[in-house]
Amino acid sequence: MIPPRFEYFAPATIDEAIQILDRFEGEAKVLAGGQSLLPVMKLRLAEPRALVDINRIPNLAFIREDAKSLRIGATTRTNDLNDSDLIHKRYPILSDAAYEIADPLVRNMGTVGGNVSHGDPANDLPACMIALGAIFHLRGPKGNRAIPAPEFYQDTFVTALAPNELLHEIEIPKAKAGQGNAYVKLEKRVGDFPIVGIAANLLIGSKGVIQAAGLALTAVGPTVLKAVEAERHLVGKAPDEAAFARASEIAKGIANPTSDLRGPAEYKKAMVGVLTRRALHRAADRARGGA
Amino acid sequence: MTVHGGIGQAIKRKEDARFVRGKGNYVDDVKLPGMLYLDIVRSPYAHARIRSINIEKAMKVPGVLAVVTGKDLAMANLAWMPTLMSDKQMVLPTDRVMYQAQEVAGVVAESRYAAADGVAAVEVDYDPLPVVVDPKKALEPDAPILRPDRKEQTNRIWHWEVGDREGTDKALKSSDVVVRENLYIPRILVSSIETCGCVASFDAMGKLTLWMTTQAPHAIRTVFAMVTGLPEQKIRIISPDLGGGFGGKVPVYPGYVLAVVAALKTGQPVKWIEDRSENLQADSFARDYHITAEIGATKDGKLTALRVKTIADHGYTDAAANPSKFPAGLFHIITGSYPFQKAHVEVDGVYTNKPPGGIAYRCSFRVTEAAFTIERMVDILAHKLGMDPAEFRMKNFIPSGAFPFKSVLGWTYDSGNYPAALRKAMDLIGYDALRKEQAEKRKQGELMGIGISSFTEIVGAGPSHTFDILGLKMFDSCEVRIHPTGKAIARFGTKSQGQGHETTYAQILAEELGLSSEDISVEEGDTDTAPYGLGTYASRSTPTAGAAAAIAARKIRDKGQKIAAHLLEVGPGDLEWKDHKFQVKGVPDKAKTMQEVAFAAYTNLPPGMEMGLEAVDYYDPPNMTYPFGSYICAVDIDKETGEVHIRRFVAVDDCGTIINPMIVDGQIHGGLTMGLAPALLEEIQYDENGNIQGGSFMDYLLPTAVETPKWETAKTTTPSPHHPLGAKGVGESATVGAPAAIVNAVVDALAHLGVTHIDIPMTPWKVWNILHQKGVA
Repeated sequence: MIPPRFEYFAPATIDEAIQILDRFEGEAKVLAGGQSLLPVMKLRLAEPRALVDINRIPNLAFIREDAKSLRIGATTRTNDLNDSDLIHKRYPILSDAAYEIADPLVRNMGTVGGNVSHGDPANDLPACMIALGAIFHLRGPKGNRAIPAPEFYQDTFVTALAPNELLHEIEIPKAKAGQGNAYVKLEKRVGDFPIVGIAANLLIGSKGVIQAAGLALTAVGPTVLKAVEAERHLVGKAPDEAAFARASEIAKGIANPTSDLRGPAEYKKAMVGVLTRRALHRAADRARGGA
Repeated sequence: MTVHGGIGQAIKRKEDARFVRGKGNYVDDVKLPGMLYLDIVRSPYAHARIRSINIEKAMKVPGVLAVVTGKDLAMANLAWMPTLMSDKQMVLPTDRVMYQAQEVAGVVAESRYAAADGVAAVEVDYDPLPVVVDPKKALEPDAPILRPDRKEQTNRIWHWEVGDREGTDKALKSSDVVVRENLYIPRILVSSIETCGCVASFDAMGKLTLWMTTQAPHAIRTVFAMVTGLPEQKIRIISPDLGGGFGGKVPVYPGYVLAVVAALKTGQPVKWIEDRSENLQADSFARDYHITAEIGATKDGKLTALRVKTIADHGYTDAAANPSKFPAGLFHIITGSYPFQKAHVEVDGVYTNKPPGGIAYRCSFRVTEAAFTIERMVDILAHKLGMDPAEFRMKNFIPSGAFPFKSVLGWTYDSGNYPAALRKAMDLIGYDALRKEQAEKRKQGELMGIGISSFTEIVGAGPSHTFDILGLKMFDSCEVRIHPTGKAIARFGTKSQGQGHETTYAQILAEELGLSSEDISVEEGDTDTAPYGLGTYASRSTPTAGAAAAIAARKIRDKGQKIAAHLLEVGPGDLEWKDHKFQVKGVPDKAKTMQEVAFAAYTNLPPGMEMGLEAVDYYDPPNMTYPFGSYICAVDIDKETGEVHIRRFVAVDDCGTIINPMIVDGQIHGGLTMGLAPALLEEIQYDENGNIQGGSFMDYLLPTAVETPKWETAKTTTPSPHHPLGAKGVGESATVGAPAAIVNAVVDALAHLGVTHIDIPMTPWKVWNILHQKGVA
């Protein structure tokens, strides 16, 4: 990597990190795993004056479940989602996604916090966070605030995160009985960004009817997209092919992909339909106790 | 009695002892005292006039020592250099840039970082010009002339044809069945794990040492001498360990010349190492052939004639590395494994605003394009006739008794047994059972296909009567010296880039000399020490330098026999070389080993004999060698997404005598993966403004282990009758043969829908689009 000169800071606390970010008035970038930041610095597409390395801040990497929530710390490595039994058993959508992000080298370095806060519509974890109803906890000079995932994403690489704030924790509602979820990704080659990715989360009640649904789309719009109408359609329906096919059609309707090296827009839109059906079926299978 | 590490033994590669421990010595490992770094300013435009270049700010960047522009080079008459195809190429432009990422200026600095900062500070004012991206449009009358420097005011570089035009027309007209197809073989890039680079250093006596990523150090030294005017003995090119070449390290890139100029200008050593994006965006490309082919047969399925027209996109200069006589390389091997009555091939080379090239990517000069075309067309024709593609090939192969076989376009195939290779592949994959399964699956609406490619290769360039590069005949060489203790050193004119020469050449010499391969060290790549040769590409090392090793060893044996006779006090005629020893005929226990003879060569010679035990051979092959093979691929297609899954791939190769079976298998595995890559993934595209699409590994996707199926390999062995060991080249066979097998399999899966061809790479959306149009998806 041959970037221009920059300053480097390794703060020991979140507050210290925020002070430095504040001081550089938008010209400092947070360095977590560096897997998105360093490539753009290498190409000199980003030339931050300073990097604030948060890897030495204690207690920022954790996966734990309490009475009400699953909590994931910002510097938790993508691969930690893969290695966690808790995630595999109770939140498999996250291990689905983590397993398909880039390659093992990237997953060992890249962080969950970095993946969700970068604002790249082709990153895989944001859709999972929306489908799961996650809340992002941010801290800035004026204190803490909590933002629901769908409100966090504003435009391509534009999020609710201010330049002097740090996303330090992700809170996900605790998994319930009858809940099942899945992330399905279509990629041109393993490790690539998705052509299309679909995150689906279903809560199926004791009478076999969908009580709650979360559905979000990766890489088919300026940001990750929450398929609100499709979610609404699913609630109250039996988890069957008819309901899923209709939800897929509705989801397809909100997809607004662009043509690029990962396929023409028409294809991507069609794949939203195919993958949404597949993701919903897998989520429903898991809700019923399947793998 | 076998020698340790002789021919046919699957011994481990000697060079891996350093490679697997990270102890290789690559160009970027060369560090000299006072060494400076070169970085290059590149054009953002595909075609533009340069109004001005302002270097003031760059020269003020701390650490920057010099900025070299085209004007500086023009003063030394170095702004242009010749290509290997006798075209010319800019080292740096004086007035116009011709493709995006073209070199515009060189910045020399004390550190790599300062050099990059200097590049960012060079200000270039461009005036964009109309861009020509499509070679077909480049040939239209109103197209802008891209090379006004040439006498011929046209974008057509050359027109080349071979064969019988009228006879082919007539034969096609009288054929019962003729099919025609347009095939595009897209522009791809070699993507060696090591990018290109060099370190240039002048000593106090003005001698240049250039550590350089080159597959052909000797030829490059000669070209350098002719271009720069430096005397050839004052140029030493060292090609150290190379991390892959595949044809991409044959050309002379502007960066090499700039580093030499920068070293001369600053009086200090200069290192230039291109980064991955530069490698992808500016180095020579491969393929980019727009082919229209027509093939005819009688109604009972006998092939009659083949007609091929091709537009070859060469970018802004023809920087291919073909033998001089053949601007389209060996493309006229295109009749492949079949005895046509008539054939005609014509190719037009065309200029566009793209990087130059036309290099042979793991390919003997366009044989990949040729094999793809014929194996595709034969399949299309078989489907049209309603014949099984295997049966159709069996019916049409050159019979095994017909070798040496003279092809209708002028090649003499040395040896072959095509039905045996295909039969073996069919047995291994269980062809008939797969066909049954396919019929069942089709009834259930599932998509499964089986594809065959029975290719013929042409490698080992080449005989001096036909093959030269810039006049240099395409021989190669070996020099062997046996030390008093019976250990040996051998040097070659070739240059391994991962092929394992240190092992295989030692095996050839071990076999021929009766020494252990462990006791023979092999060196290549230093023009001050190695004998002259044309280098390693186009699978030529074993056919040429491998043969030279055998002949040089036999020269040593001739002298050794006289020494052995002296030691055994018999006449030389009483001895025979048997069981790797000089034996008295009929008396096996009265013998001398090569070790004993070697010691005597320095200590106890027959009276009047010259001291020492060494030999050199410059081998001029009498013919090319023609390896071949039959590949069968079975695919399943996801009809909802269009994804192609390779279920099985069986590769039966025949490369004549095998020196090291493990290395051959490694070559086949790598080659198959490099054949899979363009079939499914790789393509360099440009938008209408000549902007490269996907000039980094984020977008230019190489296959990984996940996409790569389990390659099932097997061999038949049909030795070359003219090579001293019976060996043929094998490095590229799989890259040449694999793409057609994969495309044939995918098209076969869709044949019942009326599909005859899909251009590579067969992306999921191309397949889905067809399924969508046919109402399947």
